[in-house]
Amino acid sequence: MKLSLLIYGSPTGSQAPHTAYRYAAAALEKGHTIHRVFFYGDAVHTASSLTVTQQDETSIESLWQQLLRKHDIDPVVCIAAAVRRGLLDETEARRHEKSAFNLSSPFTLSGLGQLLEAINHSDRLITFGY
Amino acid sequence: MILHTVNKSPYDQETLSHCLDVIRAPAVLLLIENGVYAALNIPTGFTQRLDPGIRVCALAADVDARGLRARLDPTIEVIDDKAFVDLTITCDKVQSWY
Amino acid sequence: MSDFTPKSVLIVIRSAPYGNQTARETLDIILTAAAFEQPLSLLFCEDGVFQLLPEQQSGLIPAKNLGATLPVLPMYDVDKIYADRSALQQRGLDDTELLLPVSVLSHNEMADLAANHQTILSF
Repeated sequence: MKLSLLIYGSPTGSQAPHTAYRYAAAALEKGHTIHRVFFYGDAVHTASSLTVTQQDETSIESLWQQLLRKHDIDPVVCIAAAVRRGLLDETEARRHEKSAFNLSSPFTLSGLGQLLEAINHSDRLITFGY
Repeated sequence: MILHTVNKSPYDQETLSHCLDVIRAPAVLLLIENGVYAALNIPTGFTQRLDPGIRVCALAADVDARGLRARLDPTIEVIDDKAFVDLTITCDKVQSWY
Repeated sequence: MSDFTPKSVLIVIRSAPYGNQTARETLDIILTAAAFEQPLSLLFCEDGVFQLLPEQQSGLIPAKNLGATLPVLPMYDVDKIYADRSALQQRGLDDTELLLPVSVLSHNEMADLAANHQTILSF
């Protein structure tokens, strides 16, 4: 089946990106397809390249990075939610005249239309809230 | 059939009871994250008043991470992440309560 | 996009406005869905019914006034708008004093509404 995930909880203020990661990994192991992972609200912080994780802890950003790359999943970070929270890619940094950008690869910034596309083109949408 | 996920402790917030207000059999209620604290085996546990057509599960990783395995309501089924995926397939939609 | 059939989406609105960004970000989804002509219903319940209070003066906080945007939804063909009767009653609100016309539902009717949509988003 074709599944999409909406992650809405922050990586520090909630368990959402972690639970969603485990769900996605299990779904892929079972042979399902992940059509899109949409990061909204405070979940956008999952895609920050400036997060520092202590050595004895697991970085949720790198767990997601590995999974997304390995399975060539489309990870969309909501552009409006992201720029409001100081998460920018190079294009947005230039557009808003900011001195730095911090969006990790392979995450991409895009609009809410991608969430609706995911709803319409997936068999299921599963939300992971804060 | 709707899969309802609940991620808040019933000792902290009303999330579970809001879900119980509108859940109708046949349905599956999956306790995740801090929601698994609702699975404790206590005399006033919510499962006693529940329609038997509602299957109640708790996510194993969240149960064991919190040290709850030996304290669970025996009517609640503990399931792993792959069974969580299966539930999202057998149910035709998911409502997330958080 | 060839075999694309838009799904019916129920947006369950459970959050009060202003305490965090949730109400505002839910409204952004509603407006996008309306622009994409997605079949859409809104259900205000729990503290979400507080979004329906008139006379919000959010500029004082300051925050963007959500109460100013909600009344325009019917103009975007978002007109299937429901509210939880018991949530209104518990909070001493009357459905005639809200900034949007809503159909009030019992818990059983709310369960039916959820059953009759293909996708449920909840905020």
